[in-house]
Amino acid sequence: MIYKTSHTFPKGGIHPPEYKLTQNVPIKPLPVPKSVIIPLSQHIGAASAPVVAKGDHVKTGQVIAAANGFVSSNIHSSVSGVVSKIDTVIDASGYRQSAIFIDVQGDEWIDSIDRSVSVISEIELAPEQIIEKCRELGIVGLGGATFPSHVKLAVPKDKKCSILIINGVECEPYLTSDHRLMLEKGEETLIGIKILMKALHVEKAMVGIESNKPDAIEHLKELSKRFDGISIHSLTVKYPQGAEKQLIKTLTNREVPSGKLPIETGAVVHNVATAYAVYEAVQKNKPLIERVVTITGKSLSAPGNYLVRIGSPVNSLIEAAGGLPDDTGKIVSGGPMMGKALQNTGIPTSKGMSGIILFPASESIRGETGPCIRCAKCIAACPMNLEPHLLANASMKAMFERTESERITDCVECGSCSYTCPAGRPLLDYIRLGKSTVIKMARERNLK
Amino acid sequence: MNNQLNVSLSPHIHGRETTQKLMFGVVVALIPTIIASVIFFGAGAIITTAAAVISCVTIEYLIQRFMLRKPVSITDGSALVTGLLLALNLPSNIPLYMIVIGSMVAIGVAKMTFGGLGNNPFNPALVGRVFMLISFPSHMTTWPAPAGFATGYIDAVTGATPLAIIKEGIKNGESISELMLKIPSTAEMILGKIGGSMGEVSAIALIIGFIYLLYKKIITWHIPVSVIGSLALFTSILWIANPDIYAGPSFHILSGGVLLGAIFMATDYVTSPMNPKSMILYGCGIGILTAIIRIWGSFPEGVSFAILIMNAFVPLMNTYIKPKRFGEEVKNG
Repeated sequence: MIYKTSHTFPKGGIHPPEYKLTQNVPIKPLPVPKSVIIPLSQHIGAASAPVVAKGDHVKTGQVIAAANGFVSSNIHSSVSGVVSKIDTVIDASGYRQSAIFIDVQGDEWIDSIDRSVSVISEIELAPEQIIEKCRELGIVGLGGATFPSHVKLAVPKDKKCSILIINGVECEPYLTSDHRLMLEKGEETLIGIKILMKALHVEKAMVGIESNKPDAIEHLKELSKRFDGISIHSLTVKYPQGAEKQLIKTLTNREVPSGKLPIETGAVVHNVATAYAVYEAVQKNKPLIERVVTITGKSLSAPGNYLVRIGSPVNSLIEAAGGLPDDTGKIVSGGPMMGKALQNTGIPTSKGMSGIILFPASESIRGETGPCIRCAKCIAACPMNLEPHLLANASMKAMFERTESERITDCVECGSCSYTCPAGRPLLDYIRLGKSTVIKMARERNLK
Repeated sequence: MNNQLNVSLSPHIHGRETTQKLMFGVVVALIPTIIASVIFFGAGAIITTAAAVISCVTIEYLIQRFMLRKPVSITDGSALVTGLLLALNLPSNIPLYMIVIGSMVAIGVAKMTFGGLGNNPFNPALVGRVFMLISFPSHMTTWPAPAGFATGYIDAVTGATPLAIIKEGIKNGESISELMLKIPSTAEMILGKIGGSMGEVSAIALIIGFIYLLYKKIITWHIPVSVIGSLALFTSILWIANPDIYAGPSFHILSGGVLLGAIFMATDYVTSPMNPKSMILYGCGIGILTAIIRIWGSFPEGVSFAILIMNAFVPLMNTYIKPKRFGEEVKNG
């Protein structure tokens, strides 16, 4: 199949300042902390059920919580030690969730994991075995949405997947974890892509990378000569290029129909970090117990990229990056456009955490809000071609039927509207309110 | 470290654009036009501009401070822009009290009555101007001839606008080719050495402002281009059909308030449509209505009326003309 590939998506988008402070800082392993808190809800779907109890000894890589249904994921211990308690903790979502607390003793890994540095490029497992491996070893989407990978790889029988799209866009300002991973683990990542291609029975994979990472593009282009069917695409820098629907549009010129899943276009999208995690799971038998996290901020003395054991508290990362700056006013997990503000520094890292950004107090507070002057900049910025001012206003006035007919549920919550609004209106806040209400209304309607 | 973390929803960063910056961007774009009007009409232009700006801002302040008892927002620059645009739509020798009355209507009636910035359906400066046109018809249609640096206020010789010359001539049975000899040359019209309201005479100054607005992304091309394009197309058809009684497109574009209207008045954020499809429809409406009023109406000029009429359709357009959503009626394959 021939796709009409362009350099960017046609409608909307913004150009926030990039601040990729850590793009030249190599990935370093973060020292194993004294204790970890491993949340049981690190993925989309049902929370996992603990299979260990207080006082149990666990090894690094051992299953400590099992998937609770199909759309769920296994969770493994990222350290060795003793389970001190199973309790609730406020995590990055801002809600109190169940978690397993482990006091670290040494670093004893389970035997099945291949910890050697050798690169294994021969893919021996069959497609079904690959999907089973991903399920067993707790692989979830590492781009931020944390959708369990085995669910995404199991294409419904009546649908056909014709292309694999790999998201190396990293369009959020500040974040560089995917960038560094592509540079330092390029070969492994490409093998991971081959594994995903095998699991999906596709011949072709396209890797989209924004042109502000020329070194990563060059590196992968060079490596990809040895891998059939993988093409590397340099894309124009524009936020939100890394949003799934926008990336599919850019690379295949196909639009995911409103309310449908990407598979309708024949494409399945995975993040580069997920491809690397799949490589480690399938070739090295290693569960998802660590990931690369960018720790950054203008006031940090040593921002960097760290390979972090899942469950390490955020403050262990901040310490490694030179300690908490005095002027810190906000700590964000994820990118500045879509990330979540953290309530405290003791919050554990989780599978979906691609970066931690420390904002100085002066940049932590929103500006004043003025009246809407109907300048239409939000309409021009919306990548989904919605009318954010209208959706926000109707939501504010509780006119939820109207927001539904104006397709509020198509909103991808990229935040371009709020970013661009000259009157500083909190458009996305109101749109989220409207969107969640409309989804609830639709669910109740379906029950009747 | 005061141990206090802000927890708010994303996005956590904001663009540098503010309402105030956009308004001052418009002011900057108007500077060439203001300079041109001072060059052609002298001190009168400065006095008129100052009077309109001061009265608009003062009236907004008084209404917010004493009538509405709300926080005063004159620093957002919107009253300043209204004042400037009102002034640029006036003859430079109009009595000051009329400017004050016009400003009261523009800000008091057309803007604050509807809830202030962002809520007014009609362009305030144009409402003020049309109110003055109806109330003081002779003062509003007697323009000083461009005389270079005139230092006095009402001492200039009054000169008719090219549009008025054509309108009057056609009525008297003269042909366009005869009338074209009576009006200034195209070069003079581009430069602005013609009679008319202060801000509408110099095409070149207005176009410099237009380029600045586009460069700064304060406006998009849709409205100005569709106003001018539709006017040009409509008048071309008539001109080709009968060049004896209809003037050509270049005359229509360069005379009167078309450029000022298309670039600065029709693009007013609050009173213009918000998606590109509606913007083009709205612009075409203004262009064609302008031509109709000029050619068959009783007034020689119709830009102000055309914009106000199309302003009335904006809520309808915003409600019924929708952009094509991403993922709507997809044809993949």
